[in-house]
Amino acid sequence: MTAESLAAQRPAAARRPLFRRRSAIPGFGLTLGVTLSILSLVVLIPLSAVALKAAELSPSEFVAAAFSERAMAAYRLTFGAALVAAIANGVFGVLTTWALVRYEFPGKTIINALVDLPFALPTAVAGIALATLYAPNGWIGQFLTPLGIKAAYNPVGVTIALIFIGLPFVVRTIEPVMRDLSADVEEASASLGAGRLQTIWRVILPALGPAWLTGFAMAFARGVGEYGSVIFIAGNMPYKSEIAPLLIIIQLEQFQYAQAASIAVVMLVVSFLMLFVINAIQAFSRRFV
Amino acid sequence: MTISIRSVQKQFGRYPALNHVDLEIADGELLALLGPSGSGKTTLLRAIAGLEFPDAGQVLFHDKDVTYASAAARRVGFVFQQYALFKHMTVAKNIAFGLDVRKGKDKPPKAEIAKRVDELLKLVELDGLGGRYPSQLSGGQRQRVALSRALAVQPSVLLLDEPFGALDATVRKSLRKELRRVHDATGVTTIFVTHDQEEALELADRVAILNKGQIEQIGSPREVHDNPASAFVCGFVGESNRFEGKVEGGRFVAGPLVLPAPDVANGAAVAFVRPHDFVLADEGLDAKVERVNAQGALARVDAVLANGARVEIAASRADADRFSGSVKLAVGKSHVYAA
Amino acid sequence: MARARHPTEDPGWVKALVIGVVMVFLALVLILPLVAVFAEALRKGVPAAVEAVLHEDALAAVKLTLLTAAIAVPFNAIFGLCASWAVAKHDFPGKSFLITLIDLPFSVSPVVAGLIYVLVFGMQGWLGEWLLDNDLKVIFAVPGIVLATVFVTFPFVARELIPLMQEQGTSEEEAAISMGASGLYTFWRVTTPNVRWGLLYGVLLCNARAMGEFGAVSVVSGHIRGLTNTMPLHVEILYNEYDFVGAFAVAALLCLLAIVTLVLKTALEVAQPAVRRGGH
Repeated sequence: MTAESLAAQRPAAARRPLFRRRSAIPGFGLTLGVTLSILSLVVLIPLSAVALKAAELSPSEFVAAAFSERAMAAYRLTFGAALVAAIANGVFGVLTTWALVRYEFPGKTIINALVDLPFALPTAVAGIALATLYAPNGWIGQFLTPLGIKAAYNPVGVTIALIFIGLPFVVRTIEPVMRDLSADVEEASASLGAGRLQTIWRVILPALGPAWLTGFAMAFARGVGEYGSVIFIAGNMPYKSEIAPLLIIIQLEQFQYAQAASIAVVMLVVSFLMLFVINAIQAFSRRFV
Repeated sequence: MTISIRSVQKQFGRYPALNHVDLEIADGELLALLGPSGSGKTTLLRAIAGLEFPDAGQVLFHDKDVTYASAAARRVGFVFQQYALFKHMTVAKNIAFGLDVRKGKDKPPKAEIAKRVDELLKLVELDGLGGRYPSQLSGGQRQRVALSRALAVQPSVLLLDEPFGALDATVRKSLRKELRRVHDATGVTTIFVTHDQEEALELADRVAILNKGQIEQIGSPREVHDNPASAFVCGFVGESNRFEGKVEGGRFVAGPLVLPAPDVANGAAVAFVRPHDFVLADEGLDAKVERVNAQGALARVDAVLANGARVEIAASRADADRFSGSVKLAVGKSHVYAA
Repeated sequence: MARARHPTEDPGWVKALVIGVVMVFLALVLILPLVAVFAEALRKGVPAAVEAVLHEDALAAVKLTLLTAAIAVPFNAIFGLCASWAVAKHDFPGKSFLITLIDLPFSVSPVVAGLIYVLVFGMQGWLGEWLLDNDLKVIFAVPGIVLATVFVTFPFVARELIPLMQEQGTSEEEAAISMGASGLYTFWRVTTPNVRWGLLYGVLLCNARAMGEFGAVSVVSGHIRGLTNTMPLHVEILYNEYDFVGAFAVAALLCLLAIVTLVLKTALEVAQPAVRRGGH
């Protein structure tokens, strides 16, 4: 046998396809292409406009715009109120989820559905409703005024609105974790001699930890950017009760686009930071599962 | 710690999980609660632990009525089927938990707790793994952590709920030996629940067999295997060939099979013959050998009797070759019960 | 001796206290505002409220809201189907990064969402000149409102469908393909029916947000009464003019929308528990 005749007996090699097939299911190229295109056109490119606009300013101009005294006051209000609201939701959220998951009581189904109200209700509606309730002569405000408590047109009002907005985040994030908590861990704790409070503090709450943190971070992130529900109850006085998003709008109305973009950049950085934190918490928590 | 169960009743809805159960458990013994699922064995164990409360009856620890005492008050160590380890705590913290939650004077100093944790880690051969988290351990290791956690509080009784159910066969075998070793080392009264009769017979000092909420028999492993008290026990413990037939005048008849049944009343009956109680003989039952499976020390033979009844025979390897074609079988020991 | 508590149960007084605190909290934060909207709307009686809603500016706002949702929701639904097909049925590097990108609009403040389109399509924006030359208006006109709404509701359907499709796996699609079905056929006849409840759920949430969006739309709208006002913007105008009955009447309409959304949402969750997977 010669080498040539051997070669002739070998079948011709199949032609290598140009693109390695990524999976057996077709349509990948098309759908990925469409997805990426729409994502870029609708989200990514417009978002970059903010950074690019802010970049038109020199570094010192940027700092002057993004970190002016008025801006800093706005950040303090926005971030501070969002933090306080997130903490309040963190506490009441745990209690609410506890009651919804572990207890039976009349009206539970309705309450459970209502927890999602802040998701479903337009923010402007929430805004005017809360403003009306907590205004000095409002339904609730009228009881607070004689006590010297002002709940509207000031940071307190902002915080109340953000508590409304952030409520579902904590509840819905820890709810599945609480449901999945198997009873045997609580029984184990009890059988080892722990009292009920000890079991809750040492065993149940730590198990909720990562989910709680995630919900807290989400409530905080949402509160930071919120506009519609806050704007009516806020008071909107520069340096005192002006939230950062409002400052952006004011700059826009004065055609100071770059300045508006600068503040927007700060807010975006915080948003992305929160996104990162949330993802990190979730990745960290997978260690234990 | 002796434990007395007196006429305990427990109902789940319409379903009687425990039906007038009486049981006396001696101090320091290793008792198995054996039975199929739904037999009430886990309910009984949980009632002893204080994780369930009976509708009627009494549970006594050393003559003290603890029927409705809380689990925390009873000082039991409970090992759960799914281990129930605290996922967010290290192994050491898990084991120390029972000591950490003690209040005031009862709580030992930190150094002592640490010492105890180390002792226990050594006892279950998990030295050096104190800093790991449960998710970093294998199933067998987690079970050992659960065991040492339960032992840390020096319980008066150790209760285990199907402790090896979720593990594979080799791990199960080695953990069984472990449990026996730990029991012998600590001397604590131990009760474990299982549906695996091999496990129960191998491990326990005594076996209590439950069926439909009642104890059918209690005895040493040998006793329940050699002298089963009821048809259920006979069929559940060990292997057996089952035959349905009639008893007349002290004899059980099912087709060609005739067995002595001196204490059984006339009427419908059921008989059991264990595989190793069928022996080759010159005279006896006609049987046709279908299949011979020689594995390990025993050969298993499938054969058919003249009336079509299938039987399983266990014989020594040496005899395996004699099982071929048509053979004659004699019956050694048999158990007959009224149906 | 008294029956002891099961170890996983809380004492009766604790239960009462927790339920009590939760009820008070939720009443103050959730229920009262809802009640207040309807009470204020009807403060001057039903006819006044109805008149406010039927005012031509209000009706124009309703129409614009409906139009916006009618464009934004299907667009995002199609995007969601497309994106989830690419992500859930195929394997590729950078998948989770892509999912994070799709989720971006969720973390962006609505005002910033409006700002970015002003920067692109506004008079001084990138396309400002070109739009002017071609006599097209995006900002301060309906297209801008639609765009801003699309951005804000962008991830809703996708983030519902992606986990759902991922959970359902690829075995059914692979079976179909192996039997000779084309991709489109498989998508239409195999995948879509499996996710129809998730799709409905996502569309429901998307729609609620689309109709209720305020911040982003406020920035791009120009607030021209009768022309570029959605219902939420109209509420704001009336409120700022102290026309409280009018504002709350329109707000009550939006509340009804929210309640219908919640009812449908709950019904879906009860009937098809799998939809909860995607999260809010």
